[in-house]
Amino acid sequence: MQPRQLIRGALKTLLTAGFFILGILSTGHAAETADTDEAPGRVMARQAIREKEHWNTTDHAMHPALQQNFTSGAEITAACLSCHNEAENQFHRSIHWTWKADDSPEGAEHGKAGLSVNNFCISANRMKDKGCLSCHPGWNGVEDGINCLACHGRKKINFKEAFEDYAYFMETGDEESLQMATDIQKDIHEAVVTIGNPERENCGTCHFYGGGGDGVKHGDLDSAMAKPLKTLDVHMGIDGQNFTCVRCHTTRLHKIAGRVYTAPAASDRKSLIEDDLTTKITCESCHTATPHKTVSKANDHTDRVACQSCHIPYFARVNPTKMSWDWSKAGDRKDGKAYTIKGPLGKETYMSIKGEMVWEKNVKPEYFWYNGSIRSITAKDVIDPILTIAVSQPEGSRDDRNARIYPFKVHHGNQPYDKINKTLLAPLLSGPNGYFTLMDWKKSLTLGMEAIGLPYSGQFDFVKTTYVFPTTHMVAPKENVVSCMECHQREDSRLVNLAGFYMPGRDRVKAVDIIGWLVIMASIVGVSLHGLGRIFTNGKRKEG
Amino acid sequence: MSLVKMIPTYLYTRYERFWHWLQMLLIALLLITGLEVHGLYTFIGFQSAVRIHNIAGITWLVAFTFFVFWIFTTGEWKQYIPTTRKMLDVILYYAYGIFKGQPHPVPKRKDAKHNPLQRLTYLSLAAFLLPLQMASGFLYWQYNSWSAWGLDFLSLEWVAVIHTVLAFAILQFLIIHVYMTTTGHTVTAHLKAMITGWESVEEGVEIESWERAKARLKTEG
Repeated sequence: MQPRQLIRGALKTLLTAGFFILGILSTGHAAETADTDEAPGRVMARQAIREKEHWNTTDHAMHPALQQNFTSGAEITAACLSCHNEAENQFHRSIHWTWKADDSPEGAEHGKAGLSVNNFCISANRMKDKGCLSCHPGWNGVEDGINCLACHGRKKINFKEAFEDYAYFMETGDEESLQMATDIQKDIHEAVVTIGNPERENCGTCHFYGGGGDGVKHGDLDSAMAKPLKTLDVHMGIDGQNFTCVRCHTTRLHKIAGRVYTAPAASDRKSLIEDDLTTKITCESCHTATPHKTVSKANDHTDRVACQSCHIPYFARVNPTKMSWDWSKAGDRKDGKAYTIKGPLGKETYMSIKGEMVWEKNVKPEYFWYNGSIRSITAKDVIDPILTIAVSQPEGSRDDRNARIYPFKVHHGNQPYDKINKTLLAPLLSGPNGYFTLMDWKKSLTLGMEAIGLPYSGQFDFVKTTYVFPTTHMVAPKENVVSCMECHQREDSRLVNLAGFYMPGRDRVKAVDIIGWLVIMASIVGVSLHGLGRIFTNGKRKEG
Repeated sequence: MSLVKMIPTYLYTRYERFWHWLQMLLIALLLITGLEVHGLYTFIGFQSAVRIHNIAGITWLVAFTFFVFWIFTTGEWKQYIPTTRKMLDVILYYAYGIFKGQPHPVPKRKDAKHNPLQRLTYLSLAAFLLPLQMASGFLYWQYNSWSAWGLDFLSLEWVAVIHTVLAFAILQFLIIHVYMTTTGHTVTAHLKAMITGWESVEEGVEIESWERAKARLKTEG
């Protein structure tokens, strides 16, 4: 073999081997990067929740303060406060207790205990409607002080009954009764020491049932969220991360993050990377502002489109939610009695005491520009009854750099207003003289307006209203997000109502399209005629 | 009329043919996906249409810079110098002579590939229309960088309108261009030439000096 041939052969072998090794290395590298090839926002959020086990330095069952017989709720609270001596002060300042928004705009009194109205049960009549107080976190509404167990108790018993029974058996005093009393006290004691951070059920007791029933108010909060599957809520799913509410609704001094009515839930868009003490109330807290893979166009949307807009395709996906409530139809009687009609979704579509209602399931949200604040009117504000009154509406516009496109449930109402004073009216609903009992508008409106201390002319009619809820729970798994096309399309775009900007796929300048297609058609006709002309004149070039 | 002998001539180099067909493929992809993004129809879905449109657009932009490099280094740019000479003859030929079977007034040669009408069309395409389309497309694609680049005064609607108008212009060119390929000495002659590089041209036709790209190059050099 010639030396040149030898060298050439060796080179060939080397090159082949080199490519072979390179090949192996690159596949190995690919395998290594495969599992890190994930959206950075998910990796980030996983790290933020790595420490799942909550650990404690105290066992409440061992505390001497709790080794006593409790005969009233107030005694339980006193026992709690004997150690947690700042808790009551803190809680008394929270909106959960006051039901008043301390950040109300000048001259307005927002909050259930203020002059706020909605288009469900309309008003809590400055806490004078006792029916509403079943959700107030105190013993017997507001009378007997705060009830720590409403939020921190993990074992639910009927305390009212338990205390009554205990008192009865103790008074009876025979051996059997005393045994019963001991058993009841054991139950009470167990409920008192079985405590911790609020669970989904604690918050849900009120927040799943707002407006007087399951799923009435929020389209994204109902009893299905107590034990949701991942398909309903990807964070709270018991088959997944199993988040409790307070996982995101972080708390300082008993003030819980996430209230969005008079002011945004978070004033700046910071992630835990930028500020490790920031609240976890926004998606971006854990997922950052650019959570998708680097090349994803979705990252380019996060400045103007809220995460919720794409990641919550529909709300009320398990249980139906109330979409409209027409109070003007209330008061009908059958054989002199109030009656109820149930609709196909198993919910009341008519109730004499409430009126006509529409329920829906799997509802597509409506989208608005939203800067985190909701503007609401109160029972004091003058309205124009010819219009549909926005009792609450999202604040923000495209020109507001803090506003993003955000999904909402819009609840439609038809509710009483004062024809002379031109204000919304706050009827008293529960109690012996309330509308639910007597079905008498005159009486319930007079009593209700008396309760909130505002004038009532005595003349009323009904006015159409809307009320909005930001949709933020029921985040779907990524496979079920809203597709690009559901917004970027000419017909039926989800954002059909949002104007003032050009959106590819949805928008066009019609004249440009018409002229464009005319030119194209003229060209096709032109070349066709030219071609036909050549065929008919047989204008073949005379050549060899 | 005497019979004219047809001489096979190598008209288009391998790069020219590659560039032509690559550009055809990209334009077809861009039109199909672009019209879907524009909301005309639903074919592969908005998201996929956008993705393919972006990839094809960037590919075109990169390939076009190579084309610009090629056209200037080879002096082929001279084939695009516009002229009004014989323009009327060419127009009259397509409007009248072609039906009579008259010969083309400006036949093709290696160093004179384009007739005056083609020169004007291809110059407007290569120098204005396509670069503008790429520029507007690039801006459209980089919408989110506008504020960082100080381009906030731009309106997406206007960029989109320009991009759409130019797309219509390209589509119109495409229709006429495809039809014009059938006007050779046989219906498929021009098409074959762009595939193989070889086209039969008439023997003995005198190419006037102004038509010659190479000749000019020489005299200038």
